[in-house]
Amino acid sequence: MNVWIAIGATALGCYLVKLLGLSVPAGVLERPLVQRLAALLPVALLAALIAQQTFADQVSLVLDARAAGLGAAAVALVLRAPFLVVVAAAVLVTAGVRALA
Amino acid sequence: MRDDRAVVRDALGVGIAVGLSGFAFGVTAAGAGISLAQTCALSLFVFTGASQFALVSALAAGGSPLTAAAGAFFLGFRNAFYGLRLSRLLGLRGGARLAAAHWVIDETSAVALAQRGQHAVRLGFTVTGATLFALWNLTTLLGALGAEALGDTDAWGLDAAGPAAFLALLAPMLRTGVERVTAGLAVVLGLGLLPVLPAGVPVLVAALAAPLVLLVHNGVLPGRRAERGGERKGKEESR
Repeated sequence: MNVWIAIGATALGCYLVKLLGLSVPAGVLERPLVQRLAALLPVALLAALIAQQTFADQVSLVLDARAAGLGAAAVALVLRAPFLVVVAAAVLVTAGVRALA
Repeated sequence: MRDDRAVVRDALGVGIAVGLSGFAFGVTAAGAGISLAQTCALSLFVFTGASQFALVSALAAGGSPLTAAAGAFFLGFRNAFYGLRLSRLLGLRGGARLAAAHWVIDETSAVALAQRGQHAVRLGFTVTGATLFALWNLTTLLGALGAEALGDTDAWGLDAAGPAAFLALLAPMLRTGVERVTAGLAVVLGLGLLPVLPAGVPVLVAALAAPLVLLVHNGVLPGRRAERGGERKGKEESR
């Protein structure tokens, strides 16, 4: 039930934000500072999420196979690999390190 | 003005390439313990990838539904700025605007904003949106079904799919020092606060890295202007 509440809130919030952009008069959100903040928020959120999903086990910090997987994804990105190849590299290396351990 | 076929070709290219990445989402959601119906509902009704990934990972980490939704919401806020720029170019009103809003995301905006003239903008937006929506939802379903068939997704390394997908989304955003410092500070906050705050909250606090870095940056360099100014040409509202 909790999951459905989260899904409903996210769906509603994300839709209203999309509609807001199409509906408000230009100028309201066009201040440079607001625009820069909107561009920078995803950077902060994504970076924090990546770190937690890679190095967290509940509330403690760990270094395990996921870190190797993320490293592989980073290498794939530097080599300009397409999105699915980046994800596949992380999955394969993580599985490989776990199999060896 | 560009040929319609060239617009459709660009739109299909983006729609297909990104639409296929629904696999990664379906697999990640299933691995996070989200049911098949819930996973599909997310792709159908949220339809903005980063927010969907964020929500399932926050729920998997034990975050409360509203904390999890808040993180996803903040990630989706950039879509408002795409809509703002698309609004005049698409020139939609009423029901058409309500329907189009659901497709205002990174990829449709990138394709539509690259076109000249209302016809090409609408064509690019519609073809990208339709292709991406159909494929994203189909591959979400297939990814979730595939992950369920595999059983223990961690043994297959599938818990690394989420962070890798995020990294692929984040990498092109790290253009200048401001973005890199923000990302670094967010990592420190996100990990450092993990043991002391309830699940899901550290990510929201880490989001404060964005206004903090902007504040310091603007304070240190007061005369600095946004790099890409001077884009505003149309004076009148299209509505």
